[in-house]
Amino acid sequence: MQTIYLDNNATSKVADEVMEKIQPYFCNLYGNPSSMHTFGGQIANSVKIARQQAAQLLHCEPDEIIFTAGGTESDNAAINGTIASLPHKRKIITTRVEHPAVLHVCRELENHGYNLVELPVDRTGQIDLNQLEDELDDDTAIVSIMYANNETGTIFPIDRIAKMVKEKGIIFHTDAVQAVGKIPLDLSKSNIDLLSLSGHKLHAPKGIGILYVKKGTRLAPFMLGGHQEANRRAGTENVPGIVGMGVACELAAKNLEEENNKVKILRDKLEAGILNSCPNSFVNGDINNRLPNTSNISFEYIEGESILLMMDRHGICASSGSACTSGSLEPSHVLRSMGVPFTAAHGSIRFSLSRYNTQTEIDFVIEKIPPIIKRLRELSPFVSKDF
Amino acid sequence: MWDYTEKVKDHFINPRNVGEIENPDGVGEVGSLACGDALKLTFKLDKNGRIADVKFKTFGCASAIASSSILTELIKGKTIEEAEKVTNKDIANYLGGLPEQKMHCSVMGREALEAAIENYRTGGTKKHELQGRVICTCFGVTENEIETVIKENDLKTVGEVTNYCKAGGGCGGCRGEIEKIIERVRNLEHKPKTETIEKPKKLTNIQKIQLIQETINEQIRPSIRAHGGNIELIDVEGDKVTIAFRGMCVQCKMAEFTMKEVIEAKLREFVTPELYVEEDKDSLNKPHTHRE
Repeated sequence: MQTIYLDNNATSKVADEVMEKIQPYFCNLYGNPSSMHTFGGQIANSVKIARQQAAQLLHCEPDEIIFTAGGTESDNAAINGTIASLPHKRKIITTRVEHPAVLHVCRELENHGYNLVELPVDRTGQIDLNQLEDELDDDTAIVSIMYANNETGTIFPIDRIAKMVKEKGIIFHTDAVQAVGKIPLDLSKSNIDLLSLSGHKLHAPKGIGILYVKKGTRLAPFMLGGHQEANRRAGTENVPGIVGMGVACELAAKNLEEENNKVKILRDKLEAGILNSCPNSFVNGDINNRLPNTSNISFEYIEGESILLMMDRHGICASSGSACTSGSLEPSHVLRSMGVPFTAAHGSIRFSLSRYNTQTEIDFVIEKIPPIIKRLRELSPFVSKDF
Repeated sequence: MWDYTEKVKDHFINPRNVGEIENPDGVGEVGSLACGDALKLTFKLDKNGRIADVKFKTFGCASAIASSSILTELIKGKTIEEAEKVTNKDIANYLGGLPEQKMHCSVMGREALEAAIENYRTGGTKKHELQGRVICTCFGVTENEIETVIKENDLKTVGEVTNYCKAGGGCGGCRGEIEKIIERVRNLEHKPKTETIEKPKKLTNIQKIQLIQETINEQIRPSIRAHGGNIELIDVEGDKVTIAFRGMCVQCKMAEFTMKEVIEAKLREFVTPELYVEEDKDSLNKPHTHRE
């Protein structure tokens, strides 16, 4: 059976070009970049090149890039590292729709006595900038707001937010795990102090991430040990991961236009195809400010896990905000914060595309979804017979 | 991905007895859209009092649909008295087992059956009635229901109770209560502690403050958060604990009551019985002066 992978916000295929470049670093070029001998020392050059490739994608300096083990580590390091370097400030501002890698870190700090403000969002998933401005004060240590939401694709006006936060002299962190490689991003023109990104969301392997730290930003190291990454992140470098991340960043820069044209056209086609053939379904998120690859659709009166498993029988991969898929009992905190009714939150499906998807695949999905929705509605006690 | 048995997959893909019987002898409805699963069961008896036909409609995940489907097979041909004996365990067993976190799907099946039999006997309401005190307000689970799943399935932890009937799976504010019910049902003496909090004999000031903060974090904040509010520990002086309300609590008229009946009671239970709580109203206007 073919696999139609529409779950790229969860993880993505390692690009062939990336795989090819990282392979030698396992069995041949396995040296430690910190070693004094040539065999190890030459690896340091590969790490340097990867750092430059990443800096080019983000439009920043290479020494502003710290390699980490992933997006979650970058988020933890950014928030905890800032808090530790500003012991006299006790307030943290974030949003209710952050990824758990930010939200749970902030809530843990709240348990330690910090004053946490979680900004609410409106029906499109956007925050009220006036409310944010009112909350900014001298006691605020850090503001952490995601670049784009992983579930709905809603893009926040990060450059405006960063400017607002900077004017108050407060550190600004953004989790850009879903944004990098999908939309253009220029750190040379932005007031962002800290930015997290994850390799496996942009066709690099799992287990590699980046924390961008603007020059001059005070940040206590999160991982302690050796002197790697200029004393900012201890631990022997994940060289294959770093090399792969570098290549993936280069590819992302090159393919940015394709992501915003070809991928967006496919996404729009998929969305229109489903909405036209499935009554009582609608899109969640800010359709005017949205990642080009993401579509979050609610199918009322049916449950997400059932939809996913029916789709799985055709090899179609996606995600759901329903409670059942997460192992928790409540549906997506993002959709609930947006005020999406329960009737629709349980039946939400997230499709997230990549440049590897094709027209044929999308046509296949558009053909297979409507009978699945119809069938599950026939089972539902909330739908009358003549639906 | 859930590890479903072949039987679960089969009953999900090819559910038996889907639909609704017209003019049924018994109707049972449980669950709601908000809860994430719901089941409507209808049956008709033959002249010998056996269940001649039974149909279901289910909103929910694969295991909810499979549990409903197998339930209809289990009770078809049985008398009411025989059907009444079907437990949630039977449903799960006939499916070759369910993942632990999905056991509540089998409980939903049993509850729908109970409601349908009740409806047949009394002609009363078709809905599954809430009987007894509601413990979990997020999912509307009563003390009776919690006791039943503990007894029928020999449950030992709060996590297990959540898997079987969802209670405690929302804001988490009732987990302490569920623990007490487990202890009572299992005939253990009540010990006012949770797994994470140990009460030492004589507390130093530092230990006392830490224990107060932990109690607020684990026993108090979850339920306050569920109502859109928050609580901050401002200071501890002797037995006086100063707290401040945040968010929705600031305008809430119940806050005073919450402070005495919930916060003070919890702190006395988990820290020391001498504690009393006061609200720091000043910190609202100048929220950060207390940090200086």
